[in-house]
Amino acid sequence: MARRDTPEINAGSMADIAFLLLIFFLVTTTMDVTSGISRKLPEKPPKDAPPPPKIKERNIFEVTINRNNMLFVEGGIMDINDLREAAKKFIDNGGGTISAGTEKNDCDYCEGEKDPNSSDNPSKAIISLQNDRGTAYKTYIAVQNELVAAYSEIRDRYSLKKFGRRFGELTTDQQKVVKDAYPQIISEAEPNKS
Amino acid sequence: MSKFTKKKKGLPPISTASLPDIVFMLLFFFMVTTVMRETDPLIDVRVPTATEVQKLERKNLVSYIWVGKPKMKYREKYGNTDKIQLNDKFAAVSDIKNFILAERASKKEEEIPYMTTSIKADEEANMGIISDIKIELRDINALKINYATHKGTDPKKENN
Repeated sequence: MARRDTPEINAGSMADIAFLLLIFFLVTTTMDVTSGISRKLPEKPPKDAPPPPKIKERNIFEVTINRNNMLFVEGGIMDINDLREAAKKFIDNGGGTISAGTEKNDCDYCEGEKDPNSSDNPSKAIISLQNDRGTAYKTYIAVQNELVAAYSEIRDRYSLKKFGRRFGELTTDQQKVVKDAYPQIISEAEPNKS
Repeated sequence: MSKFTKKKKGLPPISTASLPDIVFMLLFFFMVTTVMRETDPLIDVRVPTATEVQKLERKNLVSYIWVGKPKMKYREKYGNTDKIQLNDKFAAVSDIKNFILAERASKKEEEIPYMTTSIKADEEANMGIISDIKIELRDINALKINYATHKGTDPKKENN
């Protein structure tokens, strides 16, 4: 049977078509990775909830940012550059003592000063952050960053000591151990109405 | 005589036959990695920088709330105070609940606990509006939030 030769299709314009599509996708693509500081909001208390248990004054680390972006920590003015160290000192204080009949209150892995007027142990240490409505977002993020950094430095130190690796390189189970030892408790009060 | 005719000098032309292949490869790469821009920002946002940032996994479970001043071309119409943008339009604080509920409705039941709200706020914004957003989110139990920041220099250094 006679077969007719089909003429070869010219593929020279293929590159042009592909380029056109390529440029379209190049323009529409967004490569930005979403990154940021993750936080968990407190759950809304039910209406008939019992009043929260009293927390001892020494277990609260109060941080207040006013409308002029100034920092008040535990009643005194503090520069933001000192906040991280102060928070670390507070979290890692471990001033609790073993008293019979009550829940475990001491901290045998803390390296702090064991000041009886500061936090009992890391799982009781609460950082309370309060801001004004006029506070700049930038300052707020800077303070949040410092507080998270304080926790992650302490966690890194603890996991290096316990597992010989940094917190980020641990397995999930090991991370849980470290997280239980130093839970991140940052409570945010509602802002001052002013 | 033909033995002595000069041979043609010069480089042979470079074959471009593989050019389409290369281009197609790039094309497929971009086609696979691309995420179509879903919203058109009406707001100028320069997110602050921080050092302790985490990447957000599972982008499809993230809902975005933009906070900042409107772009120059919208200032006449909307003023230049801090505004909230949800999807493609400006919104009020009270719209956030419905926005999150709508986002939830479009996801699978088992994915709802992993949903995160990312607040993309301009660094010049006030905390007042952010606090309002946080109260709204708390009311409707959208507790996982994320303050969008760039990874970069220590924020405190440029602060004071």
